[in-house]
Order: sequence, then C-alpha cells, then structure tokens
Amino acid sequence: MIFVGDAAHQVSPFGARGANSGIQDAENLAWKLAARLKGEAGDALIASYELERIQAADENIKHSTRSTDFLAPHSGAERRLPDAVLELAPKAELARRMVNSGRLSLPAIYDSPLSTPDATPFAGTAKLGAPLPDAPLTRPDETATHLLESVRGGFALIGVKNGEGHGAIRPRLPEGIALTVIGEDLFDKKGIFAQRFDASPGAAYLVRSDQHLCARWRRFDPTAVARAHQRALQR
Amino acid sequence: MPKLVTASQFADPDAAYLALVEARRNLSGAQAAELDARLVLILANHIGDLDVLRDAIALAKESR
Repeated sequence: MIFVGDAAHQVSPFGARGANSGIQDAENLAWKLAARLKGEAGDALIASYELERIQAADENIKHSTRSTDFLAPHSGAERRLPDAVLELAPKAELARRMVNSGRLSLPAIYDSPLSTPDATPFAGTAKLGAPLPDAPLTRPDETATHLLESVRGGFALIGVKNGEGHGAIRPRLPEGIALTVIGEDLFDKKGIFAQRFDASPGAAYLVRSDQHLCARWRRFDPTAVARAHQRALQR
Repeated sequence: MPKLVTASQFADPDAAYLALVEARRNLSGAQAAELDARLVLILANHIGDLDVLRDAIALAKESR
C-alpha cells in the first residue's frame, strides 16, 4: 500500500503546497510503478518513492512553518519581530526580504540513491536530483521548441554534439533510453541550454522519466551511462 | 547613509528570521527585551564602526 498526497503527510496550506506536492507524489510514483510492473526495476525503486517524497514533504513543512511563524507569532515576545520587519520594510530591503506571507512551492531537489554523484563539477542552474531547467531550442527546420518537449515519456540522454553526434552515441546507448543530441536534433542558438547545463562539447545528461536529472558527464561513456541507468532503476 | 548596508545580505533571509524567532520562543516581553539589548551590544561590537552604528540607530528610529 502506498500513500500519496495529503493522505501521506500533514501539510500546512501555504504556497499551493498541498495540491502541488500531491501531483509531484503521483509524478514520482507513476514511472516507478510502471517500470516495476514491466520488470525493468527492482523493489528498491518503489522504496525510493518514500525516501524522495519525504524529503519534499519535509521541505514543504519547513517553508510553511516559517510562514506561520511570521504570520502568527507564538507570543508577545515573538510578535515584536514581524512588527519590526514591517516597520523597516518601506526603508530597507533587508526587511522586505524577510516579509513572509508564504513562499511559492518549488519542486524538491532529491538527495537520492537513484542519482549518480557528479565525477566532475558542473555549474549552471541544472542540479543533480532536480527537475531539468527548460531551454528554448530550434529544430533543424528552424522552428522553435523547448528542451522539455523533447525529453518525455521515459529515460532520456541529452548529448552535446562533439564530432559524430548520433553516429557515435546511438549504437552504444543502452536499451530504453531515448537520445537527443544538441547540435544535431536540436540547436542551442541562444546559448541558454549551454549556460543552464554548463554544457561543453561531448557532455551527456541522463534524465529520469519524471524529468529529474540523475547523472551527467563531461564526455559520453556507454559503460557509465548503463551503470547510471541501472542505478536509477535500482536494478 | 554612506556606509550602512540596507540591502539584504543573507542567502536565505527566511532562515535568518527563523533564528531570531526561535531565540525568543517562550520568553516574556521583558526577557526578550533583555535578550535584544545583549544582542545589540554583541552585533554593534561586531560591526565595530561608530558611523555605521549611528546610521543604524537613525534608521531604526525613523522607521517607527
């Protein structure tokens, strides 16, 4: 039996956290159940649902507790603080940043056994264990698209063209992983993909079915990709 | 105010706010005022600049 949404945890109702985390629970669980039923994954993949979503629930509760502390102080001694923040706010940014009427819900970054730790450092906004940042890209026929439109429906490898591209990667890619090559299938004309993913020629990014980043490398290595894929399926 | 920094400097302002709230949890008004007085002395010394301290006092007074 698996609990999802508000049935699984108490969540204070700030920042749309109840509905969002319910949908994120389902998103996290759906591909894992599917992979398990298809015999592609081990039982530990189902167990990782709880591990990852407890992290998200803890984060939600932390944020909504902080908002509650600001909006409804426990005592007179605590009430002086939000009053002081509001008195200072018109004059000083330091106070405006502390006004907390609820922080918007953001997807959690999973510290997960499904992720393969980075062997080399990556900058940019893409984070291991987090949902992929999107980026505007161009198709070969010059029409506009976005990265996330091309990585859905299963595991995906995003490769950055370096020499051969598809020809070099496709034949050596494990079964069950879709391939998108930036610089061949899609083009990063604005350089936003490169910036957000700290991409360099030859870099490769392995993405889970729920679009969370689970591994990345400076150069494509079929053995490392296969190992990371197995790990993400807990096989 | 040439030297006093009023731009937000904490990477996570909510966490800094929480630290201040938790410091006064379960204190009476008088106990919290005593805590604040000690905190002011500690932080004023940490700043270690009389001009900045005077600017901060002025800002706090005019924000009432």
